[in-house]
Order: sequence, then structure tokens, then C-alpha cells
Amino acid sequence: MFDDFFIRALFVGIGMALVTGPLGCFVVWRRLSFFGDTLAHSALLGITIAYTMEINIALSVFIISSVVALILLKLEKTTNLPTDALLGLLAHSSLAVGLVVIGLIATIRFDLMGLLFGDILAVNLNDIIIVWFGGALILLVLKLIWKPLFASTVNYELAEAEGMKPERVKAIFTLLLAAIIAISIKMVGLLLITGMLILPAAIARNISSNPKSMVIFSIIAGLMSVLIGLFSSLEINTPSGPSIITAGLILFVLSLIKIKRSSQLKS
Amino acid sequence: MENKNNLLVKMENAGVYLNNKWLVKDVTLNIEKGKIITLIGPNGSGKTTTAKIALGLYKNISGKVEKYTKKIAYVPQKISIDWTLPIRVFDFMNLTSDLQNNETNEALEITGAKHLINNDLKSLSGGEFQRVLMARAIAKKPDLLVLDEPVQGVDFTGEIELYELIKKISETLKCGILLISHNLHVVMSKTDHVVCLNGHVCCSGTPISVANNKKYQELFGEDVSKILSIYEHKHDHKHGVDGSVEEN
Repeated sequence: MFDDFFIRALFVGIGMALVTGPLGCFVVWRRLSFFGDTLAHSALLGITIAYTMEINIALSVFIISSVVALILLKLEKTTNLPTDALLGLLAHSSLAVGLVVIGLIATIRFDLMGLLFGDILAVNLNDIIIVWFGGALILLVLKLIWKPLFASTVNYELAEAEGMKPERVKAIFTLLLAAIIAISIKMVGLLLITGMLILPAAIARNISSNPKSMVIFSIIAGLMSVLIGLFSSLEINTPSGPSIITAGLILFVLSLIKIKRSSQLKS
Repeated sequence: MENKNNLLVKMENAGVYLNNKWLVKDVTLNIEKGKIITLIGPNGSGKTTTAKIALGLYKNISGKVEKYTKKIAYVPQKISIDWTLPIRVFDFMNLTSDLQNNETNEALEITGAKHLINNDLKSLSGGEFQRVLMARAIAKKPDLLVLDEPVQGVDFTGEIELYELIKKISETLKCGILLISHNLHVVMSKTDHVVCLNGHVCCSGTPISVANNKKYQELFGEDVSKILSIYEHKHDHKHGVDGSVEEN
């Protein structure tokens, strides 16, 4: 029953879940979900640039997302606006600019739905290579900066006082976020990629008591979402990206039961 | 790396100017190995700022600060742990270093917090958290230990124990300690050097010389300054963590 395209989708989905699991934990811990959203929105501009200049989509998205992240850091320091307002400003204006550029280059026909929600069933071998190699690189860098990143997440000044260089690891982590969005935008689309980051981590938060177990549960939850989502999309013919996220939502609801139990035990 | 006379940190006329005002200015002090320096002063007098200057947490400072060590442990005044983080005492102990299990246990044992090792960090009371913070700092075996009000939230017997402990750390680890006292009138007897701050260095010297200093008396009023009790502590029994008396 496994057609070729389905195997490819599975490979890409599994590769993505392995990376979004650990990264998503930090997105939740550092309260960066809206930040991730902003980067994802700016990806549309990256995609249009990739088409017009005929360069690799992942590379173009990575560059644009990184630039937007840098602009945000700059604006945070130079304006008096709160971060959430700046994020909203950047998210929607970069999305709008992306759409305007699409309108300008009317010669290329865009599958807008595909950009917004992705099409994991249309991935080719090249995409698999990008996801697995890019993903492995992201995980490797994350492993290297894990200690200082985690320490500065718990307490910035403590980490800095004890020589952990929090500012540098924050910048590196931002690049990692831009990278995961760049390599997975084609599969789940710019509206759903943040869901892949947050849902597994949120599920894991409900059932774990320490950071390591949360990362492991987050990976497992991501893998389960991908498998359940993809198989159900094949069986009941639903769009696969949204099916993966919906599967994650169902797992999240199930994980709430465990919270309810443990809080009942405490009282 | 230069290292003269066991010097760990050398501050010369250091100060921070932020949002159109001086948080603290013209602070000159040396932190040396095996010595305890206590900072006292009213609220907002720049005690924590001075400690942060010594730790290198400010980017733009006036004056000069030189640090001769990288083995630093910091016990901040307060830490709020975000509820999104699942973190146990054990994970917190290893936050900036990789400890052997016995090192973790030993340090927690010393501060009387060993039974908390698997507890969630957010479930601790203020006093328990303070003991864990101390344990983490000890376990790092630092050259420089910066303690920002380490006894706040700890009950009275616990307070005495912690002061005893700080003394012991200074003796066994031979590290330099910068201690911010939450209580103006209580300065440990073991303190080598007291710096009284009030936006600048108001006076400094040995505990007794500071207590007799005119400027100190002016700052806090004569009546108050009389009770600057140099913390002499004689203890003939030990207390368990719950406060019960254990015979020696």
C-alpha cells in the first residue's frame, strides 16, 4: 500500500520531528512561539525571492528569516515598542511584502495554498537530503550550545556571571530557528511550521519532570504526530500537513489527562 | 594571566550610569583569595550593582575592572523559575558545570538540602531555594564566590548556620568571597573588609573601624549604628534541617 511518494513523506516527516522536538522545547521555555511565527511569515518573501532569482528555496528562506531576526533584535534595542508589537509588525508586513512581490511577478504561477500549508506528499529526494543533512547539522549545533543555552534560559545573569556567553548562544539559537523553518517550509507550510515546533513540546511539558525527559517526550510526540497524521491522511484523504498538526492536538488533549491526574493526587 | 598577591578582582573608581542616573559610582575595591568582603548599605545604595560590576554583567561601565579568574560562582538575590521549565534541584545543580553525582550530593548535604535533590525547583520554599543556590555555588568550587543576600528567607537558626557555612567555605576553598549583607547591622566576624555603600563608597575598612566611622554613623544615625553587631557566634549544638537540636 505504500506508494513511493508516501515513503518519501514519511522520511521527511520523521526527519523534521527529530529536529523540531528539541528546538520546540526551547521555543516553549524561552517563550518564542510568536517569534517563530514571525520568522515563518517572513519565509513567504524568501520563497518568492527564490523563485525570481532562481536560487534554492531553503537557502533563500534561511537568509530572509535571519535578516528579519536581526532586524527584530535591532528594533528591540532602538525603539520603545514592546517585543510582541514588533513581532506583529514584522510578521504581517513581511507577509504582505511577500504577497505584493508575488503580484508583481505575475509570470510565475504560485500555489498559494501549498505555500501556506505545505505539501509533504510532493517532496522529492532532494528535499529528503536537505531535511536530513540540514536537520543533523541543526541538532549538532544545538548539542554544542545546549549547556549555555539552557543555563541562560533558566537565568540570564547567572549564566553570564559564570562565563556562559548567553548573548552569543541566543544569536546562534535564532539562526537554528531560521534554519529549521527554511528546511521544513515546503513540507508543512508557513502557517503550520510553528505548530510543529510548539505542539510536541507542549505535549511533552505536560508529562515530564525534567528538561531531558521533556526533550525525549517532545521528539516522541512529534514522531507520533507525523505517523498518525500521515497515515490518517492517506486513509481518510485529508490534507497531510494539517492532519499532522491535528494529530498533535489530539495527543495534547490526551496529555492533559495526565496533568489532571497528577494535580488531583497533590490536593 | 596576571596574578599578583592572590588578586581576583580589581575595581578602580568603577561605576554604572544608566537611564540618566548613577546606579553607583567611584567604587574601588579588591577581592583577594581567602578573603571575605562584605558590602552593606541602605536599599538602592548600589550593593547589587557593585557585585554585578565585579561579575562583568554590565557592558558600559566607567572606571576600571580587572578579573583574574574564570572560576566564578554567583548566588543572585532572587531567581524566578518560569513554570514552562520542568527542572529539578539536580538539574539546577548542574546548570553551568558537569558535576559528579557525589559532588552534587556532598554540596547539598553541606547546606542541608540533600533531601530535596529530586524535587521540582518551583516547589521549594524561599529558604530551601537559598540552600540549593548555596549548594550549587559550593559544588562549583570557585575561586570567586559572589553572594547577594544569601540568608534572606532563611529562618534565624538557618541564618546562623549559613554564616558558619560561608566561613567554612572561605577556609576550605580558599576562595575570595564578595558578600552582600541583607542586614545593615549584622556583619560576620570573619569579614576581612567591610565596604559601606550609599551610591558611592561611604567608608570602608575592618568591621570595627567602619562601625566607629563618623560617616557610617551619619548615614544610619547614631542609635542604629550602635547595634552594628559584629557577628560573633558560639554554637555548642547543631540543628537539624527542621530546627531540632542535635547534640554534638
